[in-house]
Amino acid sequence: MIKQNNSEKVFTVFNYIFLFITCFITLYPLWHVAMASISDPLIVYSRRGFFFLPAGQMTLRGYTLVLANPNIGVAFLNTLFYVIVGTGLSMFLTILGAYVLSRKGLYWNIIVMKMIIFTMYFQGGLIPFYLLVRNLGLLDTRWSIILPVAVNTWNLIIMRTAFANVPESVVESARLDGASDWRIIWVIAVPLAQATVAVIALFYAVYRWNEWFNPAIFISSKSKYPLQLLLREILLFNDTSSMTQLGSVGQSQQESYRMLVKYCTIMVATIPILIVYPFLQRYFISGIMIGSVKG
Amino acid sequence: MAAKPDAQAGVMPWSAKIAHDWRRHWHLYLMLIPVVLFYLLWAYGPMYGILLAFKDFSPRFGIMGSPFVGLRYFREFFNSPFSYRVIRNTVLINFYNLLFGFPLPIVFALLLNEVKNRYYKKTVQTITYMPYFVSLIVICGIIVDFTASDGVFGEIFRLLGLTPTNLLANPKYFRSLYVGSELWQRLGWDSIIFLAALSSVSAELYEAATIDGAGKMKQILHVTLPGILPTIAILLILRIGFMMSLSFEKIILLYNGLIYETADVISSFVYRKGIIENNFSFSTAVGLFNSVINFFLVVFANKVSAKMTETSLW
Repeated sequence: MIKQNNSEKVFTVFNYIFLFITCFITLYPLWHVAMASISDPLIVYSRRGFFFLPAGQMTLRGYTLVLANPNIGVAFLNTLFYVIVGTGLSMFLTILGAYVLSRKGLYWNIIVMKMIIFTMYFQGGLIPFYLLVRNLGLLDTRWSIILPVAVNTWNLIIMRTAFANVPESVVESARLDGASDWRIIWVIAVPLAQATVAVIALFYAVYRWNEWFNPAIFISSKSKYPLQLLLREILLFNDTSSMTQLGSVGQSQQESYRMLVKYCTIMVATIPILIVYPFLQRYFISGIMIGSVKG
Repeated sequence: MAAKPDAQAGVMPWSAKIAHDWRRHWHLYLMLIPVVLFYLLWAYGPMYGILLAFKDFSPRFGIMGSPFVGLRYFREFFNSPFSYRVIRNTVLINFYNLLFGFPLPIVFALLLNEVKNRYYKKTVQTITYMPYFVSLIVICGIIVDFTASDGVFGEIFRLLGLTPTNLLANPKYFRSLYVGSELWQRLGWDSIIFLAALSSVSAELYEAATIDGAGKMKQILHVTLPGILPTIAILLILRIGFMMSLSFEKIILLYNGLIYETADVISSFVYRKGIIENNFSFSTAVGLFNSVINFFLVVFANKVSAKMTETSLW
């Protein structure tokens, strides 16, 4: 290694400190919520400001209330449905479309690509989109959430670029061995583009987990609410009535549990994603770069 | 152009070429059909509804049957005091967001690239990518909590000797809150692509620079930055192209009547007039105005990119 001179040492130290502060600021809001969620409900209710550590007697009471709540359970299952069915459909359509569009020498590909890319330049807008869903009779159905956003154009383009790197010679020799295009996609192309497939699946799944706007304008029955819509009521409309009244909390205590329940709900809705994503982190750079280097 | 399928195809009339192409590739095209149908229905379907902008929509007659009113709703929008306000807010919020949200991830990537300790680097990455995956509802919930007069920001105000106030009730804080929270969520994530570009700058160039006696700053200026300049150019153009189509979701989750003055943008206005107040025609007209601006911005961005980098984005 080349020796560092003094000014470089100073730079290195400051750099480490600066990055540490950035991490602290990034983590603090979530840390704050985590600490508040296990604090004494009365303290959480009356005192705000910083929470570096749990305040007062540590308790998991908020979590038992949240997890025992049937509304949360239903919303959680709904979200699970939207994530699994939505991501499955998205991946199916994206992989098929991207593979075909990545093959060279097909006349229609040029036209179809133009047609797809035009939709990035110009959209019909919110109201025509809403009316389309309404006219198709999809209001308040699960399909209104699953279908309209099944394919994301960016993801399709990234996927297509990744498939374009699958050598034609490999495909050709598989074809000579009698493999159908359908088989070639699933047995050769997808495993070869594994990193990108994983990242795109993660993007779709996270999108589905966090999605709230389309459900908010299309879904009216609570039985079909995804978790995020319930969260919106609790966090932004300040409506925790659906949370505490069903729990075994006395009338007088309900108000004091309001804040605690908020924090616990945030945790319950966020933890699943935070657990999954570090495992896929190693794919980020390779998966994204392959798709964007030559778009 | 497509590669020649075979020698014969070159001399065929185009109808025969298409038939030939179909015979050769029909099993591939079959798999393309679902995606084509998806785009026809969900991307092109709504375009038909744009007609609404020129009609006085009544549900009884549907889109076709409603009477034609020409540019009435466009005039109504531009004559209203809201047009200036929402256009100004859209431009300003986007501009500030670009001003901070674009260069800072580059700086962050440069700094991270200088970290030699692998574990420290990896930890910083894991932590700073994380907020990107947190849902908007949760982020807005935390913002509301932190900005309340007795929240975390209130506490900071108190420590600084200022009077704590509810930041979301005061129009002058909204843009900072918007840009700041975007930065919090995206700093790490947006730096990934620059980090990847940095890792492809050749090590030999650094060695050569070191032998020439260039210090850290000189190396960054003369080796690192030129190395990632194409990536920076492409991404900047992309950002500008999609600048006006910013997501209004955060805005409609956070704003309220008290702060429309600085918070209301074109798309949130469209949402409020259309979905909440059921002014379908008026709202479609305003939305169309927004779409047309977006269209020209993206076309412009693509042209510039094609000139500058000799590769257009698509």
